[in-house]
Amino acid sequence: MRSVALRVAVALATGLMLALLALPLAALLVRVPPQRLAMRLADPVVLDALRLSLLTSLAATAAVVALGLPLAWLLATRRFRGKRLLELLVDLPMVLPPTLAGLALLLAFGRAGLAGRAFAALGFSLPFTTAGVVVAQVFMSAPFFIVPVRAGLAAVERRYVDAAAALRADPLRTFFGVLLPLARPALLAGTAMSCARALGEFGATITFAGNLPGVTQTMPLAVYVAMQTDLEAAVTLSVMLLVLSCTLLVALRVAPLGALWRRPDAERPAR
Amino acid sequence: MSPLEASPPRARRSRLAVAVASLVVASLIGCARPATAAPVRTLTVFAAASLAEPFTELGHMLDAEQPGLKTRFSFAGSQQLAAQIDQGSAADLFASADDRWMSYLAGRGRLAGDARTFAHNRLVVIVPRSNPARIGRLEDLSRRGVKLVLGAASVPVGAYSREALRRLSRQAGFPPDYGARVLANLVSEEENVKSVLAKVELAEADAGMVYRSDVCGQAARHVRVFELPDSANVIAHCPIAVVRGAPDEPDARAFLALLGSPAGYAILERCHLIPVTGAP
Repeated sequence: MRSVALRVAVALATGLMLALLALPLAALLVRVPPQRLAMRLADPVVLDALRLSLLTSLAATAAVVALGLPLAWLLATRRFRGKRLLELLVDLPMVLPPTLAGLALLLAFGRAGLAGRAFAALGFSLPFTTAGVVVAQVFMSAPFFIVPVRAGLAAVERRYVDAAAALRADPLRTFFGVLLPLARPALLAGTAMSCARALGEFGATITFAGNLPGVTQTMPLAVYVAMQTDLEAAVTLSVMLLVLSCTLLVALRVAPLGALWRRPDAERPAR
Repeated sequence: MSPLEASPPRARRSRLAVAVASLVVASLIGCARPATAAPVRTLTVFAAASLAEPFTELGHMLDAEQPGLKTRFSFAGSQQLAAQIDQGSAADLFASADDRWMSYLAGRGRLAGDARTFAHNRLVVIVPRSNPARIGRLEDLSRRGVKLVLGAASVPVGAYSREALRRLSRQAGFPPDYGARVLANLVSEEENVKSVLAKVELAEADAGMVYRSDVCGQAARHVRVFELPDSANVIAHCPIAVVRGAPDEPDARAFLALLGSPAGYAILERCHLIPVTGAP
């Protein structure tokens, strides 16, 4: 009797959640016939926005993985003073309203900003540039990589790492050959989430990098601008962004990315 | 079987306690009741961002006159507000920064009656107080490399700015391609006039075009103003109308009456708007 009630409860909760997630997406999709999608693709403004979104989110994800992996590893394996503070810092962009984050980025990296002055002296500037878009995306999406990857690395059993050390594998070999493959699900999930967050980033981008077609107007900005004058165009662009996001997410989960992801329990010929 | 990072039980319990305590405190703050009596009626006014300062003052004045009334505002780009009203947002009044978005709503049957132009506004060019691009006169805006920020074309101030640039190009003393060269310096198209103002205040942009009424109060300290010659300037019309199906029409009419009163004119003039006197 109790088991039936439990199953009903689970089914109900799952059904409600799926409905909440699926209905808005379905509502978007039914409004746009495929021909209109093709028609919009011919618009140079739309092509610019698509190209920018793809370019910036991939660059941002690459930066997040390259810079976030060492940090995630540090947080997962080391104890040190101020670790709690560092964890808080890493979590912060997740809870900051994006526009506020954009303002903070301006105050730090803007022309008159804390670090921005130094950049200006060196001759480059981040606001109003495509690089600025990438910086805003990195800021907002980094926690979505670092947090799950840290958890994934931390959950790897100590005995595997100890065994590698006992067999005198150098630290890099241990990291890439033992730790990363064992944390693979977390790595893929973290990369996918951070890429998705970068793709959908709006508030920090428009505040920090600005809104100029061809330079800083990514797809979310283009949708927002379109929504105010031409609702149908906005819906079409939204569907395009949806398709782009899904493609990237699927690609990230399916592509094994070479040796990094070789399964640790793969069959090896006996010596 | 221990994972790489194990947390001791005592630390976990104290973390849980802190988390619960924070949640309790946060919800208590959220439930705090204001000292004044709960309002009986709410007046919802959707107004262009450029009208933020004068309208907020008018709202306070109206609330003081009418006990039990709380006026609340939604300030944004007129195009955004028009889209929201068209989608069915429950606003009582709509005040736009240009005729286009008011006519749009009138054409869609979203207004209860005619709109009335209650004020005029002018455009000005602003530069940061520090003037990083060393702009000394309007002609300097066409210099290469000047970082110009304007409203997007769909935003009233953006449309007005482009029109003003067109008119300047026809003026004696300005080259015919002045407008095109200035627009080539555009680095960002903002969605409301306050974002343009903010980027110039922060000295991120070298120059921007906003309404005269935006350079009011705090903002005036951080920017320098360049007036446009009257022959080239655009007169921005600010119409206001009651929205069809307004939840609180009587209070909306009271707000309109206040707007058309000498006290209302004084508030508009204090913020550099030009009140349109005449029959409401």
